[in-house]
Amino acid sequence: MTATPIADRRDPWYLRLPVVADLRRSAGLQRGMLIAGVIMTGLLLLVALFAPLLAPYSWAQTTADGVTFGAQQPPSAAHLLGTTVSGFDVLSRVIWGTRTAVAVICLAVVASLFIGVLLGLVSGYFGGWLDRILVMIADAVYAFPSLLLAIVLSIVISGGRSGALVGILAAAISITVVFIPQYFRVIRAETIRLKAEPFVESAKVIGAPVSRILFGHVFKNATRTLPLIFTLNASEAILTLAGLGFIGFGIEPTAAAEWGYDLNRSVADVTSGIWWTALFPGLAIVISVLGVTLVGESMNDLNDPRLRIRRRGRKAAARPRRRRDDFRHRCPRNGSPGADRAPGCELRHRLRRCPRRQRREPLRRPWRDPRDRGRIRVGQDSHRA
Amino acid sequence: MGESGSGKTVTARSILGLLPDTAETSGAIWLEGTNVVGLSAGRMRSVRGRQASMVFQEPSAALNPVFPIWWQFAEGLRAHNPKLKRKELRRRIVEALKQVGIPDAEKRLDDYPHEFSGGQKQRIIIAMALAMGAELIIADEPTTALDVTVQAEILQLLRDIRDTHGTSIILITHNMGVVADLADSVLVMYRGEVVERDWVRELFANPRHPYTRQLLAAVPRIGVKSASRDLGPEHLAELESREPVVVAEGLEVTYPGRLGSPPFRAVRGVDFTIHAGEVLGLVGESGSGKTTIGRAMAGLEAVTGGSLRVLGHEMRGFKERAFKPLRRQIGFVFQDPSTSFDPQLTIGECIEEPMVVHARDLSATERRDRVAKILEAVELPREYSRRFPHELSGGQRQRVSFARALVLEPTLLIADEPTSALDVSVQATVLELFTELQHRFGFASLFISHDLAVVDMLAHRVGVLFQGRLVELGTGSQVMSNPDDDYTQRLLASLPVPDPVEQAKRREFLRLAAGGS
Repeated sequence: MTATPIADRRDPWYLRLPVVADLRRSAGLQRGMLIAGVIMTGLLLLVALFAPLLAPYSWAQTTADGVTFGAQQPPSAAHLLGTTVSGFDVLSRVIWGTRTAVAVICLAVVASLFIGVLLGLVSGYFGGWLDRILVMIADAVYAFPSLLLAIVLSIVISGGRSGALVGILAAAISITVVFIPQYFRVIRAETIRLKAEPFVESAKVIGAPVSRILFGHVFKNATRTLPLIFTLNASEAILTLAGLGFIGFGIEPTAAAEWGYDLNRSVADVTSGIWWTALFPGLAIVISVLGVTLVGESMNDLNDPRLRIRRRGRKAAARPRRRRDDFRHRCPRNGSPGADRAPGCELRHRLRRCPRRQRREPLRRPWRDPRDRGRIRVGQDSHRA
Repeated sequence: MGESGSGKTVTARSILGLLPDTAETSGAIWLEGTNVVGLSAGRMRSVRGRQASMVFQEPSAALNPVFPIWWQFAEGLRAHNPKLKRKELRRRIVEALKQVGIPDAEKRLDDYPHEFSGGQKQRIIIAMALAMGAELIIADEPTTALDVTVQAEILQLLRDIRDTHGTSIILITHNMGVVADLADSVLVMYRGEVVERDWVRELFANPRHPYTRQLLAAVPRIGVKSASRDLGPEHLAELESREPVVVAEGLEVTYPGRLGSPPFRAVRGVDFTIHAGEVLGLVGESGSGKTTIGRAMAGLEAVTGGSLRVLGHEMRGFKERAFKPLRRQIGFVFQDPSTSFDPQLTIGECIEEPMVVHARDLSATERRDRVAKILEAVELPREYSRRFPHELSGGQRQRVSFARALVLEPTLLIADEPTSALDVSVQATVLELFTELQHRFGFASLFISHDLAVVDMLAHRVGVLFQGRLVELGTGSQVMSNPDDDYTQRLLASLPVPDPVEQAKRREFLRLAAGGS
């Protein structure tokens, strides 16, 4: 069998969504990481969505009611996070910056997803000269430092810098080009593996047309790992965008707010003790990258049964004190006090009796995938020739 | 012995503490006076190898491919005796290798695992156990991955080791023939419990537990339910007169070799004909080209020489577009039921697939009706159409596989080892189903198997393949009882029969034959 499935097919659809399903089966530290990541990512998305309501000023505003903000003003009641060297409100620019970031992530990742998956499927399934050429191009793109490639492309597309839409597009496309090879490689490798699977061969024997095999059978099975790469790439997209802005190939400050640009402008401020212009855009970058990365990393771990933390401690023996002192008189099911060990039942059997249900319940149940239920894999018998 | 899931492997592995972390052991296992249950990792290490050693099912996976075999021996020997000198080490290894019959042991010491054949690798692993002086060898399906003739040699080797070294052997197997051949006493396991324990002769002669009886009855035996035994000459003549469905003349399939190496000829000039409604069984060891022939008939492999006509269509240089309309006349059953279904589709969708492709005029309700009908034909409840493949057992999945192959009522069914991944009792029911379906739908069939007894049960005529050549072709009973070819004779003699008395006689015969030649 291929990768472990994320959830049982009979759950309602919203429980089967990648992040939700992962959240449900996570435990311990991994759960904490995932929740922290989801909160940070959610914050990013919410702020982007409600930017007009949250931001006190526009991103390119230097005056309000005829009064200029003044450059490099420290945080105050009027400007909670101070103003920049150009006289913009830092808070507003940080908030509006989320929009730019989210737009670039969506455009870049979605575009590279579509193109990369399509090319990977076709290249992996048909092979031959097409495959060889595509792999060569992908390798060539890999060889470039991604930021350098993005700079070159942004110059080609927009001549360096320009308005909001063109700037966002330029950044998105340059990131797309860097990411396509990643999706391409993953999907191509999966397709090549699936191509040799008997179920694809059986579709061939039936006489199913190639498009049906490719998009019906192979596609569905090859795209399981995508949510993972998606999140990991999203964080990289934020960094690339910020990098572009920092070097000065981003978006005009009057066209849209962009954290990388703000950081660039605040370099000189730091030495003169003006901390607020650099700290907040920097924090925004860190939080959004961290959030998305945490989601991606914990999904990665959860998808690998070897890395997944089981719901009820791996080894019961690892925490004997807690067991003996705290939980001795507690029902494992509903936590009701007063339930004692069943008479004659040794502690190492870990069987308790719950007074409400009056049934023995093994306390330690390893979490198991619904698909594996009732099947114990030891390895020897499962593939007998 | 026991079927998969009966707990035999887990039991044996617990002796060496090789269970996964999630498993828990209680009770006691006494190994020469020490209870190995709950032994610390360090103490367990000293037990492993010295007192008990293990022989795994897959010899190629049990040896590390990047080290020469002497290194792998040394690893074990040094673990228990770190001061061992290199010379002494090599002397011991050569001695062990000689004991298991590896020719040229002095030179082959420095070879890598891939330079040995599967049988030799298994010998090497047994030699390792010997070199460490293990008093107990746990052999977990040691011959399942090997061909019948090699299996006979390995079993003989294990027997010799027991006789000369007095080693105890725990042999885990699902193959009754192997049990009958090697074992002194037998323990039958069923669902994690021992249901019967007895001396081997007693057990095979008078099985007491109903499960044991059922298991023994399910084992296919040559000549017991032979499909061709009752076929008179008039039947055969009638079969011959029918329209041929598949005609192979001098069929050749070659795989292009890597740069610089010659192409590999998997099938070298094979002639046969399958008439309408006839079942042709194809037997041979792994690498004999039997699967390649089946795949060539389905257009999955290119025919490179000779001629292969399937349903009147020449497969040599065939074009998918021209062949596609004929595909609805062909059903294919794959070997491994766990991978031959798209895990994302329900059983119903899997069975509907051929209809969606070939019978586009059928409405959705008609399709569903036919799915329900064919599910009934393969003796599965129609509710199963909503389930997913992973929710079914191996035998049920193979039934679905038959259902998918037969839903368009094809004239030709190619079955590529459909039962070799199944347990004996499940295999018996699937074979019964095959016979019944064949009578009912009357399709011609190519039945590929490595098991002579299985083929004998089903096939009207049997072909024996050896290294890409068809060495023998005749009616089932004729091939089984009066083989002309040397290879067929050897194959038949190597097949262990599930009867200790009979098997002892055969073993004697085999040894004489080997000694005589």
